[in-house]
Parts: sequence; structure tokens; C-alpha cells
Amino acid sequence: MPPMRVLANDERLNELVGDLSEAVARDMSAARSRGDNAKWALIGIRSRGDVLARRMAERIKPDLVGTLDITLYRDDLSEVASQPIVRPTEIPFSLDGVNVVLVDDVLMTGRSVRAALQLLMDLGRPKRVWLIVLVDRGQRELPICPDHVALDLSGSAEARAARGPTIGRGGGELAEAVASDERVAVYLRPTDERDAIVILPAKAKGAGAA
Amino acid sequence: MTQIPADYRWPHKHLLGLEGLSADDLRFILQTARGFEDVSTRSVKKVPVLRGKVMANLFFEDSTRTRMSFELAANRMSADVLNFSSKGSSVSKGETLTDTARTIEAMGIDVCVLRHHLSGAAEQLSRRVKCSVVNAGDGQHEHPTQGLLDIFTLCKRFNRDDFDMTGLTVAIVGDIAHSRVARSNVHGLLKLGAQVILVGPPTLLPRSFADLGCELSHHLDSVIPRVDAINTLRVQFERISGQAFPSLREYATFYGLTARRLANAKPTALVMHPGPMNRGVEIDSAVADGPRSTYLEQVANGLAVRMAVLFLVTNAKPVEPATP
Repeated sequence: MPPMRVLANDERLNELVGDLSEAVARDMSAARSRGDNAKWALIGIRSRGDVLARRMAERIKPDLVGTLDITLYRDDLSEVASQPIVRPTEIPFSLDGVNVVLVDDVLMTGRSVRAALQLLMDLGRPKRVWLIVLVDRGQRELPICPDHVALDLSGSAEARAARGPTIGRGGGELAEAVASDERVAVYLRPTDERDAIVILPAKAKGAGAA
Repeated sequence: MTQIPADYRWPHKHLLGLEGLSADDLRFILQTARGFEDVSTRSVKKVPVLRGKVMANLFFEDSTRTRMSFELAANRMSADVLNFSSKGSSVSKGETLTDTARTIEAMGIDVCVLRHHLSGAAEQLSRRVKCSVVNAGDGQHEHPTQGLLDIFTLCKRFNRDDFDMTGLTVAIVGDIAHSRVARSNVHGLLKLGAQVILVGPPTLLPRSFADLGCELSHHLDSVIPRVDAINTLRVQFERISGQAFPSLREYATFYGLTARRLANAKPTALVMHPGPMNRGVEIDSAVADGPRSTYLEQVANGLAVRMAVLFLVTNAKPVEPATP
């Protein structure tokens, strides 16, 4: 089996989370300088986006932090091979008129984000919704576009080279190609035993990731 | 923490009783129910997960709360619901259960919720239809969703987040012999590690329950100080033929839950009732409406549990037989 490629470890991942947090903080202060005094909520999509959102919240101190569980909104329940696990959605506040920053670890098809948006609308009427992801690996199947990406692996080699770093110190030399059958995985403590962004080789039978 | 194995998969297309489920199965249903609880607190109390599916409520016996609870659970998951009750239906023209169910199934339903006066009716039906079958009470056999919601209520109240009930003692009081609620509770509680004491008059307390690992008692007052919860069963006038006890007054004297009796209970002990209550018989109003009572919580929890059950049976993946 070919080895997995590590794109980021503790320090680098911490930097990328810092980049994302700064980008959101800039959006927040820009909105405030426009006279937008709505509350800000950082809302992560289970099961890594929620950890990421909490980490970012430690840096940028939003007014509210919450977690979405999108299992009941997925469009592929009848197709998935593994057992779907329903966990609570934790939004103990009203979303009406709130600026919502939706946080996820890896953006691929856009279907999770589609589900998350539908769930958000069932919970209330946010003022505006941003989408923030740690990694964009491309292969979109829906017209979903993130507002900020820490590590952008999408597009052709030329497109990645032309794009340069996506945010601050992110992107650049790390924007390597991901084959369509490879999987990008994000590991975050305490859910996982370490912090890392890795590319896992095409799934061999029985080879599971954390 | 008692953990469900990471590779666990829900394998059951039907929910016929708790006797046939493993402890992991039970914990998985209860964990899933916890994920459904917040649906009922949202501004839009609906999730799209069963959109396009059809649930049929087949009730061959009177029921209000169970039928409504299943119907609301299905509605909250965006399923369509067909309601069938045997009163004024083709059953009175002599149609059999199987024919009724097959006829309704031919309309294209995905899950059948069955309440029937014969023990084993749900299992029999599950062998004859292609859709999922959920037992909503079959004769004196089982009422699995009631057992599950009672256990869910207990675990919530006693903060057993992993649904391990080791160290908890639950008394079930009343007409054990005729009670499907008691049977489902016994199986579920024992599998999750609780101790079960069954209390009732000798005529309504079959000795065979001792073989399952239950303690049996005819003396409620000596049991009360030892338990963490008392589940009081309804006296089922419609099921008791002949004289199981001399009079209602005598039953109430020996087995009715009164405030005076409960004075000897642990301060944390709970009182549960599956409803509908015969106030003044098995439970006094002061107790039913008192701080120990979980009666209305049970109703609310029933909704989450039934949503979880409907979600799981309709999404069950058959487990491939293990290759040796």
C-alpha cells in the first residue's frame, strides 16, 4: 500500500487555523465598521468542523458557538455503506438575524454544506452565512463556494500555481495534487490522537481511517 | 464508559421486542434517540430524513398515545402516514391480519406499526410482508418502544450517558402477568445491567420471571426503600378475566402508590407510569402529579425514541454473514 502523505502537522495546522481565524476576524471587523451590529456565531459541522469551530472560537471570541449534525439531512443515506450515527445538533440560541460562520474541515462535493444550509434554515433565519473550510480538495458536485480556505488543493496544477497562497501564509508550496480516488483527512485533537492533514491513498479494502 | 464498538452496525429491519436485541442494539437505539431530541425544540420541527417514505399505523386495539406518538414521530421525519384502526374496517368483515397488512402494503408502504391483541402478531406479520414491522404492543408479549422510552427516561434522570444501568434498581409494580410493558422493561433493563424487582399479588406475578434474573415480591412496602425507580403498571381491567384480586380497594391498599408509602423511598427515587393512569387505584393523584413523577417526560421521550426506531428500521442494512 502506498504511504499516506502528510500535508500539515501540529505547528503547521495551528498556523492554518490561525490564518482562518484572522480571515474571519477581518470579516467581523469589516461588518462592524459598516454598522452591522448583528451577533456572530461560529457553527461547526460534525465531526471535525465542530472541533475546528471551537478552536477558532478560542482565538476570535465570537458571540455564539454551536454544532450541526447533518446526518438527518444527508442525501446519500440509502447509499452509504457505514452505519450513519445520529447525534444532537447543539444550537442553544436563536439564529434569527445572526451572522453565521459555517465551519468544516474538508470541502469536496459540497453536499455536506448543502445539508448544513438546509438545517440552518430549519433552525432560524440567519442574517448572512459564510463558509470557512480548512481544506478545499475540489471535485465539487454542487454550486458551493467557500468564503475562506486555509489550504486550497482544488483545480489543475497550473491553476494552483497561478493562484499562489490562498490566505496569509497558507497555500503556496503545500498546494499539491490530490488524485480523485485519494482521500483528504483532517485529524484534530481531542477527537483524534493528533493534529494533522493527510492525503490517504486510494481506499484499499479494509483500510479504514480514524 | 460503556462504549458501543466502532464497527457496530444496526442489523434489524424490524423491531418486534427487546428480548431479541443485544445490549449494543439497545444502546444504539437510545444514543440515536438522543440525536432526535432537539428536533422537537426547533422552530421548524421537522427533518427530511424519511421524506418519500410511508408509515402505516395498523391498530387492531384501542390506543391513543402510542398511535399519536408514532404518527407525530413519522410526521417530524417527513414520512407520510396511513392510519388504520380495526373499528369499522374490513376486519369486521372477517379479513385476516395478514390480508389486511398485505393489502395496505400493496399501496407501497415502507414501515408498518402494529398494535394487536394477540401475542406474537408482530413477528407473524414480519414474516409475511416485505416492509419493516414495528411492534406497538402485541397481546401480553412485548411493547418495545414503551420499554425503550422508560429506559431512556431513567438514563436521562440518572445521567447514565452511556446507557449503562449497572447499580440501578427498578421495581415494576402491578399486573405483571398480563403486561407487555413489564416484559419489554424486564428484558431491556436486565440487558443494560439494572436490577429488576417485580411486585404484585401472587395471581398476577408468574414465578417464571425469576428465571430471567428478576427478584419477585408480593410486598411493596419492603421493596420501596431499596429502589431507584418504581414503574407502576396500569390495572388492565380489559385483560383480567375472572377475579385476580378481591377488589380494587384491596389492590389499592396493598399496591397503590401513595404519598405515605413513598415517604420511605430514597429521596432520588422516581415514579413512572406508562399511562393511561387509573388515579386512586395503582397511583394516587398526589404522586402522579408530584416531583418524583416522570409521567409527562416519558411521553416526550417516547417521541424521540420512536423517531430513532423508525429511522433505524427503515435504514437497516442486512449484515453479511461472517465468513469462517
